Amino acid sequence: MNPAAQPLLSRVADSVYWMSRYIERAENVARFMDVNLHLALDAAPGYTNQWQPIVDTSGDRAIFLDRYRVATRENVIEFLAFDPRNLNSICACVRAARENARSVRETISSEMWEQVNSLYLLLTGDGRQVGPDDLPAFFRSVRMGCHLFEGITAATMSHNEAWQFIRLGRSLERADKTSRILDVKYYVLLPSVKDVGTPYDDIQWAAVLKSVSGFEMYRKRHGRILPDTIVDFLLLDHRFPRAVRYSISHADQALHAITGSAAGTFSCSSEQRLGQLRSELDFADVGSILLDGLHEFLDGLQTKMNTIDECVLADFFVHAPAMSAAG
Amino acid sequence: MRFASYETEGFYDEMFESGGRPRQHAQLLLETIEGLSEGQLLRYKTSAEQVLLQMGITFSVYGDSAGSERIFPFDLVPRIVPADEWDRIERGLCQRIHALNQFIDDIYHGQKILKDGAIPREVIESAASYRPQCHGLNPPRGVWCHISGADLVRDRDGSYYVLEDNLRVPSGVSYVLENREVLKRIFPNVFAGLAVRPVNEYTSKLLEMLESIAPSPSAGGHVVVLTPGIYNSAYFEHSFLAQQMGVQLVEGRDLVVSRKDVSMRTTKGLERVDVIYRRIDDDFLDPDAFRADSLLGVKGLLDAYREGRVALANAPGNGVADDKVIYAYVPEMIRYYEGEDPILPNVPTYLCWRDADRQYVLDNLEKLVVKAANESGGYGMLVGPHSTAEQRAEFAAKVRAHPRNYIAQPTLALSRVPTITGDHFEGRHVDLRPYVLYGRDIYVLPGGLTRVAMRKGSLVVNSSQGGGSKDTWVLAAQPGGSQP
Repeated sequence: MNPAAQPLLSRVADSVYWMSRYIERAENVARFMDVNLHLALDAAPGYTNQWQPIVDTSGDRAIFLDRYRVATRENVIEFLAFDPRNLNSICACVRAARENARSVRETISSEMWEQVNSLYLLLTGDGRQVGPDDLPAFFRSVRMGCHLFEGITAATMSHNEAWQFIRLGRSLERADKTSRILDVKYYVLLPSVKDVGTPYDDIQWAAVLKSVSGFEMYRKRHGRILPDTIVDFLLLDHRFPRAVRYSISHADQALHAITGSAAGTFSCSSEQRLGQLRSELDFADVGSILLDGLHEFLDGLQTKMNTIDECVLADFFVHAPAMSAAG
Repeated sequence: MRFASYETEGFYDEMFESGGRPRQHAQLLLETIEGLSEGQLLRYKTSAEQVLLQMGITFSVYGDSAGSERIFPFDLVPRIVPADEWDRIERGLCQRIHALNQFIDDIYHGQKILKDGAIPREVIESAASYRPQCHGLNPPRGVWCHISGADLVRDRDGSYYVLEDNLRVPSGVSYVLENREVLKRIFPNVFAGLAVRPVNEYTSKLLEMLESIAPSPSAGGHVVVLTPGIYNSAYFEHSFLAQQMGVQLVEGRDLVVSRKDVSMRTTKGLERVDVIYRRIDDDFLDPDAFRADSLLGVKGLLDAYREGRVALANAPGNGVADDKVIYAYVPEMIRYYEGEDPILPNVPTYLCWRDADRQYVLDNLEKLVVKAANESGGYGMLVGPHSTAEQRAEFAAKVRAHPRNYIAQPTLALSRVPTITGDHFEGRHVDLRPYVLYGRDIYVLPGGLTRVAMRKGSLVVNSSQGGGSKDTWVLAAQPGGSQP
């Protein structure tokens, strides 16, 4: 048998894609929370609630308010880090990533499986009792565990079709998370016109950058902390790996590697939609985006990414007529 | 830890003679263990368990909350089988599996053995694992039992007996391979000094066997492993074997039969499958042919198989010979088909549907082990000497109500191996499950799973009942010299 030509099961493609998305999601949530813990230490009097926006970036505002009512630090941390009923909590994401990994152990490398398993053991083992003082260390180990998984994936697994699905999932998830934090923070920060140019404003915007590990790279590229330039950087930079444009471009490359069709062409609807989004971002400029409204732009972006996700599902994961006995 | 206070307590011990002298093949290992610094063996044990958990080498526990996983308890002291002992086991297993295979083929074709009266017809037709749907099937090469794992036990005098044949979907071989990896790290010098036969060729042999049964050799065999899914207790093994062979692990919902061809759903459409190593019981394999409510299987699979479009390992229907009443006739089968006496004997078995046997069983319940004819995994079983009066009464009623469903055997004093118990060694009872592959020829993996009853005095070694495992070292014959 020729291993290079081994086809990829639709179920396996689905699982590795979601394994990858969940790991990326857990890492993002851990980073948002870590940054916010730090930010709270520098908060100006009167600025008490930076926690609600963090919930909003997760897209689960309604579920949160229904269960917890108030966005206190404790409630938000419990909801986003540990709550097993919240499907997007760090614990739930890692559990889901592991469950997916477990169903494809023969496809991924042993090292990848061991890493996702030890991340899971970190969360479910004795480590579950995380006191308030341990939180920064806890978030850090989650982030590092996720980074390690990404590195191990790059270094131990053949860059085959399954690997491209892993890359596709990660890139789409990353683009989604960066666009969400930008949307929420821009909305929260802009009304405070009275703070513009104050040290507090600087801290807030720096925190947005840090939320996507972008502070240092932004400084090198643009220097001064300016809201419009930050939007440009997070949305349209083509070198920063968490910028939306960079992520979408990598998703596009992964998809082309999967289908084998040439760049700039498409062979299925997911490829068409992703290519359209990619070129839109390639030729966009931040001035017109802000003029037309950033929120409207980001809203459109979210819709397009959701459609792409649905197309990926239809194009690759539910192949062949659904005629199996399994319901 | 030392063996100075270790007692064999009148049992056959795999390491020590009855007088307490180490057996010659165990000497180097015992010296090595005693030479370890204080507490070292326990540290090895802790770290081995950590590694197993970290590697996710676990099994799921049924009846526990969903997704509950445990590591399979593993004892670091191996069991050693000298070359001459193994040689006899190997010949005995080959003889037995060859006869069993002929028997199954005969049962689903001409039934010569029934016509000649060597086995009563009613025994076959009343077996729960007999599959009339399989009549006339012609599996590639006439092989029905591709992968089997008989359970062997030793009695007080050290003689080996076959306890069960496990022809359907025997599990545990992945633990054999993983246990060996752990022990090689802990006792490298003992391996070097003892010439332990390696086990790591198993997955290559397995793949070779599976490819050899492909329906059309020219097309090249696309092999897959079929699992019930991640909640199955042996899921780790399914994914491990697929990974080691470099083949796909599929679930029933990944496969589809169209125009009698079996294909899997891939990102690029349907891809043909030629050989399926299925780890799903007959009952669940194909809702059209067997249990209609099965969600694990593949509609139309048996039809495709009947047409010779796909090979299944093991062949459906082969479980008929796993029935414990039919087991009692295996020595007859060996005489009938091979014209030889069995090399490995059966454990004497009382069949409760025979009036005289049943009376004996009912009169002697406290001495016997009573088993349901069609159960496995240590379920549906009464160990007489360890039972209460109520349990015996319950089994007596069951035996009277359904005599065909029960057999009984004398309680064997299973052999023991020193086992780490707290901070010292105690003898624990073991059995041995060697794995046999049957394709172009018959291959016996040198070694196997030594299962150990971790509770003091217990004779039940099943993992579902608190059993653990040990590595099994089969020694290579010494060239040019007689084996001690």
